[in-house]
Amino acid sequence: MTARKNRRLLDAAAIEAALDRMAAAILEACEDREALCLVGIRTGGVPLADRLAARLEPELGRALERGTLDITLYRDDLLRGLDQPQVGPTRLRFGLRDRWVVLVDDVLYTGRTVRAAIDALMDFGRPQRIALAALVDRGGRELPIAPDFVGEVLDLPAPGHDLSVKVHLKETHGKDEVVLIS
Amino acid sequence: MGTRNALIRHVLGIGELNLSQVETILKTARVFKEILSRPVKKVPTLRGRLAVNLFFEPSTRTRTSFEVAGKMLSADVINFSGSSSSLTKGETLMDTAKNLEAMHPDVVVVRSHAAGVPWMLARNLGCAVVNAGDGLHEHPSQALLDALTLQDAFGSAGEPGSLRGKRIVIVGDITHSRVAGSNLRLLPMLGAKVRVVGPPTMIPLGMRQAFPGIEVSHQLDGAFEDADAVMMLRIQKERIAEPLFPTDREYSRLFGLGLARAERLKKDAVVLHPGPINRGVELDPRVADGPASVILDQVENGVAVRMALLYLTAGHDNDPERLGAES
Repeated sequence: MTARKNRRLLDAAAIEAALDRMAAAILEACEDREALCLVGIRTGGVPLADRLAARLEPELGRALERGTLDITLYRDDLLRGLDQPQVGPTRLRFGLRDRWVVLVDDVLYTGRTVRAAIDALMDFGRPQRIALAALVDRGGRELPIAPDFVGEVLDLPAPGHDLSVKVHLKETHGKDEVVLIS
Repeated sequence: MGTRNALIRHVLGIGELNLSQVETILKTARVFKEILSRPVKKVPTLRGRLAVNLFFEPSTRTRTSFEVAGKMLSADVINFSGSSSSLTKGETLMDTAKNLEAMHPDVVVVRSHAAGVPWMLARNLGCAVVNAGDGLHEHPSQALLDALTLQDAFGSAGEPGSLRGKRIVIVGDITHSRVAGSNLRLLPMLGAKVRVVGPPTMIPLGMRQAFPGIEVSHQLDGAFEDADAVMMLRIQKERIAEPLFPTDREYSRLFGLGLARAERLKKDAVVLHPGPINRGVELDPRVADGPASVILDQVENGVAVRMALLYLTAGHDNDPERLGAES
């Protein structure tokens, strides 16, 4: 077995800059700021939603409602794994009806996680709009899903190559970086 | 994302589970509780999966709980009862099992008057098996929902509490109670100190040898006042051939939790009962419906625990070749 190699694609400053751009783009695109709320997809999307909220709240002049979504129960590949699937908590303590929801994730890849997240959100209410914010779009989509707000677009080979993009954040990994594992 | 160590293929008894697996079940059940409060109380997780409730004994509460749990996970659920199965026409249990298997269920939930039936099915069926009560032996889902209820009771600010060091008193017919059978295995595993109380006719002779850490008392007074939780068991007249106590009134006086006794409980102590309650015998209605009672929480937690059990057993690939490849 050959050893895997890590290559840093984004450092802390680049991640901060990407989040600044994403927050600005969300404010520009949101037609109904009163209805705006953020929902982070567990686990990587949750701290990113917090960081986006910290940038958006001063502009909005109000606290932004934030939720946490675990998509395990909505996955279409649950039964394919050999390990025991672990399901985490979902916390949406506000109604979604007529809200302008920005779903936040760390890496957008096949689109299956986002599809599951949209299915899950719909069980909580009928938002006016769901938009998607991803820190990294690594390509390789298997479903017709496109991001609305992206921090960094990577041009990586389609699925099948043994490449993995990992977002490490201070909140979860002790440092900010995006690495390509090959 | 997953934990290989905790892989749970069947849930036959608490004695078959390790602490890691129990923690996985309780943690998963806690997540499922949130689904019960959603506007749409259904997730697509087990869509296309078939769950069979095979109940050879009368049961409304447990069967319904498993049925609701399966439906909330979008599984197809069918119920077979003992009276409607071909067992009454002379078919053997093995024939019934093989006929069931031909329907390709993903999980069979079984209750039987005979201890060991879930193990027999697990050996002979290709699907997952969950024990919903076997004879006088085990009722693992009940003990797990009791543990979840106790974690809630001992927790604060929405966070689950620990059972470590907590004193749990189980009162009643220990001999004929499979609820006790599972709880006597589970509660010590979670660190609780357990004391059983009941007349000598209702506590097995080998109790101290079989469960060395468990205290035994034949008098309720003096044995329950320091409890963090009191679990009252139902008098199961249907399973008792010979009367084990003279009258209901005497049992109630000696071993029932009446209002006066309940007032001597610690301030935050909780009262559990697996139901259905013989009101006025083991439990005074004013206690059953009083502030210390968590009996309805047990019912709600029962659905969440059974969702977790179905999810964890029917939710992974039971293909024997893949399971073999795994090891």
